[in-house]
Amino acid sequence: MLEIKDLHVSVGEREILKGLTLSVKAGEVAAIMGPNGTGKSTLSYVIAGREGYEATTGDVRLNGENILDLDPSERAAKGVFLAFQYPVEIPGVATMTFLKAALNAQRRARGEPELQTPEFMKRVKEAAASLGIAQDMLRRPLNAGFSGGEKKRMEILQMALLQPRLAILDETDSGLDIDALRVVADGVNALRSPERAFIVITHYQRLLEYIRPDSVHVMAQGRIMRSGGPELALELEERGYQDYIAQEAA
Amino acid sequence: MIKLASEAEATLSSFYEEMRDKGAPRLRAAGWAAFSESGVPNRRVESWHYTDLKTAMGRPAPLATASRAALSLPRAHDSLRLVTLDGVFRPDLSDAARLPDGVVVQSLRDALGQGEPHVLSALASADIGAQDPILALNAALMQDGVVIQIASGAAIDRAIELATLASAEAAQSTYTRALVMLGAGARATVIETLGALSLAPAQDNSALVLRLAPGARLDLVTHLSGGVDQAIRVASLLTHLDAGAMINSFALIEGEGLNRRQIFARLDGEKAKAVFNGATLGRGRLHADTTLIIDHAMPCGESREVFRNILDDQSVGVFQGKVIVRPGAQKTDGVMQSKALLLSEQAAMNNKPELEIFADDVQCGHGATCGRLDKDQLFYLTARGLPRREAEALLIEGFANEAMDAIEDEQLKAFLSDRVSAWLSRRISR
Repeated sequence: MLEIKDLHVSVGEREILKGLTLSVKAGEVAAIMGPNGTGKSTLSYVIAGREGYEATTGDVRLNGENILDLDPSERAAKGVFLAFQYPVEIPGVATMTFLKAALNAQRRARGEPELQTPEFMKRVKEAAASLGIAQDMLRRPLNAGFSGGEKKRMEILQMALLQPRLAILDETDSGLDIDALRVVADGVNALRSPERAFIVITHYQRLLEYIRPDSVHVMAQGRIMRSGGPELALELEERGYQDYIAQEAA
Repeated sequence: MIKLASEAEATLSSFYEEMRDKGAPRLRAAGWAAFSESGVPNRRVESWHYTDLKTAMGRPAPLATASRAALSLPRAHDSLRLVTLDGVFRPDLSDAARLPDGVVVQSLRDALGQGEPHVLSALASADIGAQDPILALNAALMQDGVVIQIASGAAIDRAIELATLASAEAAQSTYTRALVMLGAGARATVIETLGALSLAPAQDNSALVLRLAPGARLDLVTHLSGGVDQAIRVASLLTHLDAGAMINSFALIEGEGLNRRQIFARLDGEKAKAVFNGATLGRGRLHADTTLIIDHAMPCGESREVFRNILDDQSVGVFQGKVIVRPGAQKTDGVMQSKALLLSEQAAMNNKPELEIFADDVQCGHGATCGRLDKDQLFYLTARGLPRREAEALLIEGFANEAMDAIEDEQLKAFLSDRVSAWLSRRISR
């Protein structure tokens, strides 16, 4: 599904990713863990195509296709979805209006017919109900005045509607209480399928108790330092990241 | 003291000679005297600093003469329409015969001819806007318009549209004035349409005077679609609010040319409420000036002004807002906000908010910002699949929507949203 090879990325003058290599297969849930400031969010931005996060060398391939030259919207239409760590507030734009515009823009880009309002409403209502999102929230401007937990749920709602092939969850657990965490995790688990891959970025093992990963990757100093199975997350929880930071310094 | 100097003022003087004996001579004379004090304002007049009317006007276009054209005017609203065309009220193009009970309409010309004291004094409004030379000029030269009286307690469901249009093929000047008086507790919706049907660079000076008796409520939507590049339009709105009266207004400015909308409002009774919101869609070389003075004269008044200026190409926006709170106007609650979105390097915005507060127990605030589309918002939307131009359009639409929130009439809101969408789709397609 996703192949990243020797990726170097600079933001401004500073090199953040320094030869990152990562492979995620269809159906896989890959967790990326690591200390603050190692470039985890940068990695998510580069995959999604954020301006100013340019790859100097290396390759990012989605199902064999190099996506680094594509616009963010083109990547989205090909199935890339980023659940933001800090979802952006868009005043004046009703959530429902936004959801429909996004869904139909992707469908148009893929040559699929646009979804008509009744069918769209049905899908939104179902997804909202399963995530405990009130109808009233869908009429409000997108994320404007939403609590942290509401914003994160809204990210998952978008993911459920857009049905991406590769979903990147950037610290979706941050700012969530335990109940909200469970709702969000259930939402993610419901979308797990053999055709879909997830990259779950987190500091803590806690989220991984709810979203069980197939692989765990330790990221530090702009690289993947070690990869393993779910047991690696437990080890990190116990020992912290100091080994990897020390290793780098040595 | 008369100090008329320029060619422009000499021409305007000949207009005055033509109009001075056409009803309400004292009103006209007072207007002319006030205008003559300063003449056509240039940049040195503080309240006109950002709109150099003198240079733009040059030599005034000839005074409009009545057109007899039998036009079929397109309808944008399901409203009762009253048309003033080329400076003359046109009953033949209007729905005057279909007005509901409780609404009485006559032409301004007839009203001035009859000279009923309460109508004349309502038209005069010496207490607000008196400092403005162009409003004074309107009083001196007013050709025609409509006078609408709505009976106390009447609730008029269907919107009344005041369409003031120019159709002449050659440039001409029009001076029109409308008066809407709402009796105590009356309710009505008015659509003020100011536009041009031809491509001639018209010079239009219009005034709408609103007088709301205690407890009356008026919903007002103004649609000002500027004409061609050289056109000039100054539209004044004078609002008097008695106790417990409320105006909820919104204005959309689009098109081209030089446009100035000036609002003078006075909250004359306790617990009056005024909402003056607006949006500008700027393209080409549109110059859109909104200048307002809200005067809180009595306690417990509330005023809200939310303006959104969307400026592309070389368009220029101006917002000058002043909220005055008189010594006795305790418990006044006022919020004024003007935000501008600059979509090109050449677009420009001039924001000048002012508060003059002479009472000690009030809540008043203002904010003015000027910026470009937010990169984080754009990335968020494009990452969800919206192509760049569509993402921009959605953000611009959202920005404009914030000023339209208070509009309660769903049909009018839809009409305005359609105007915004049409403007945006032109932007996407080029």
